[in-house]
Amino acid sequence: MSALETVAAPGGPADGGAPPLLSVRDLVKTFPGRRTRGGRAGAPVRAVDGVGFDINAGETLGLVGESGCGKSTTGRMIVRLLEPTSGSVTFDGRDISHLSARALRPVRRHVQMVFQDPFSSLNPRQTVARIISDPMLAQGSGAADARRRAAELMELVGLIPEHLDRYPHEFSGGQAQRIGIARSLATRPRLIIADEPVSALDVSIQAQIVNLMETLQRELGLAYLFIAHDLSVVKRVCDRVAVMYLGRIVEIGHKAEVYGAPAHPYTRALLSAVPLPDPAAERARERIVLLGDPPSPAHPPAGCTFHPRCHKAREICRTEAPLLQIAGPGQRQAACHFPEPAPAGRTGL
Amino acid sequence: MAAPGPLLEVRDLQVTFPTPAGPVRAVDGIGFTVEAGRTLGIVGESGSGKSVTSLAVMGLHRDATVSGSIALDGRELTALPDRELNRLRGRRMAMIFQDPLSSLHPYYTVGEQVAEHYRVHFKASRAVGRRRAVEMLGEVGIPEPARRAADHPHQFSGGMRQRVMIAMALACEPDLLIADEPTTALDVTVQAQILELIARIQADRGLGVVMITHDLGVVARVAHEVLVMYGGRAAEQAPVDQLFTAPAHAYTRGLLDSLPRLDDTDDAPLRAIPGSPPSLLAPPPGCPYVPRCPRAAAGSAAERDRCASERPAFGLAASSAGGHRVACHYPLEAVAAVPAKAPAPAPAPAPAPAPTPAPEGSR
Repeated sequence: MSALETVAAPGGPADGGAPPLLSVRDLVKTFPGRRTRGGRAGAPVRAVDGVGFDINAGETLGLVGESGCGKSTTGRMIVRLLEPTSGSVTFDGRDISHLSARALRPVRRHVQMVFQDPFSSLNPRQTVARIISDPMLAQGSGAADARRRAAELMELVGLIPEHLDRYPHEFSGGQAQRIGIARSLATRPRLIIADEPVSALDVSIQAQIVNLMETLQRELGLAYLFIAHDLSVVKRVCDRVAVMYLGRIVEIGHKAEVYGAPAHPYTRALLSAVPLPDPAAERARERIVLLGDPPSPAHPPAGCTFHPRCHKAREICRTEAPLLQIAGPGQRQAACHFPEPAPAGRTGL
Repeated sequence: MAAPGPLLEVRDLQVTFPTPAGPVRAVDGIGFTVEAGRTLGIVGESGSGKSVTSLAVMGLHRDATVSGSIALDGRELTALPDRELNRLRGRRMAMIFQDPLSSLHPYYTVGEQVAEHYRVHFKASRAVGRRRAVEMLGEVGIPEPARRAADHPHQFSGGMRQRVMIAMALACEPDLLIADEPTTALDVTVQAQILELIARIQADRGLGVVMITHDLGVVARVAHEVLVMYGGRAAEQAPVDQLFTAPAHAYTRGLLDSLPRLDDTDDAPLRAIPGSPPSLLAPPPGCPYVPRCPRAAAGSAAERDRCASERPAFGLAASSAGGHRVACHYPLEAVAAVPAKAPAPAPAPAPAPAPTPAPEGSR
């Protein structure tokens, strides 16, 4: 719960120079519990339970975890598509978590979102020109300017500007996602929250979109919060990565640390469960198969929420929630009573 | 199972759907075999025809025209009357789907659904069916099976529902299991459990498995043989090691190159395949991959013309070990990086890790 308050800058940058672009602290989201048969409200579900991290300008933080871990809810609270129950979201030095809709509008220009399903996030009855222009119009641009910029953006994301007057259904899934990205870039944002931006796409198209996002980041100096369940894609795009389990961050750090030598047993299990596209490596691999399913956030286990599935669990794990704290030589933090010791100088799997 | 032939043999399968825009040939000339105890992985993107193929094997297409030959244990299925097919379906061959929730009836208990299946095929009593259901739920790893059999599907998690589907599919001890993206809707840790479960049951019972997936990692983990489909046609088929280490089709190579990998060390941009998968409404006369193919693009005008106009046969690849077949006029040289002129020996598991960081010059 408030365990994370003590942690200053979870997985923060080593340099300690410029303040982070985005700073999230103790973010909590509870949803009302399902009503019982008697009509009484059930216990509230803590979907996100004290999440904190920083993102620097131009940096990508990957946010990974399985379904229901709260990663999308976290992303949506940052852009205020969901109201946080408590906690703070500081963008560019300013707490935006309690701003009114009107006061939030100038900030919105700088923080945009890309969604998983390109088709359901594009209005089928609007032309592409309208879709991409909308955020600019909302920010007060003129129609002609917005259209001109929409054409530029089409080109920037690898689409043909002449197709501005087409409708979303005339595009393939990969192209539709490019439109979604173009829309997110319309207001020249500094941070993009990308929620599973490639997971609805075919394998051969995923790489196109990943490359596009990387190119745009370089050219425009964007920062990303890249939310995904696909650990391979996240490894590819992120600088640092946070692993969530049941509403909390269980490990966060530079990707070389987290992927190379995971400290939390859940991270280890997660990584070992990802099938490698390499039959020889697959046969040689040691796999940790977790027992059971992720527990429901409505009834989180006591102590460390991972303990019922953890092979290392001992008495303290059942009673006391571990704090997110530095584990190993670098900046990486893990919330585990018995983190894996980091083997010196080893990376890769 | 004692038959000398393969468990499942599909030859020249064609599936055509009538649509308002004209007939669409979703599967065009697919052939493969599955042996008992072995797993064939069928890989492809959306629209490649992989699911249509599996539904055709099960005889589950209603409006489509299916031609070609599908033989289970030497017995031709395409000509069978529905009644006979019903007897085989579920009994000798069974199928599991991507989304277990929509494949389970929300109203009946899980135990009833597993039992019904068994009772229909074995004309068993309610009590026997119930016993069998509990036994199967236990076998697929559902804790307290006797109690959980009385629960409804919504009371199970996604992974547990897929276990229920597997229990249902295997209750009649079929010889062939067709699994269509069985883990795609599941989390990766649960996926690992389900793949492990299928492998265990396969080993116990000598089950032949067709694993349909878009995930090359899943294929690498479970398949012995792999068929790569593109635009409704077979692009390449090979034993799993050969396919991953020495793909002969530019599409297979492209797929492997475009994947971000957990064991990657460099941060070079992914080598994406340009363009998008073809429309089946207006299939090109030649190779469906031509518009995206780096080999065709690099070829001479005459070569390009041939690729665009002449449909490549699905023939043996240069290194035809293990029946490696490819549908390409100009297949990739077998492992340009390794100076191996000799016909590749049966790929030994041990010294294989010379995988995908691909020969730079291949494009």
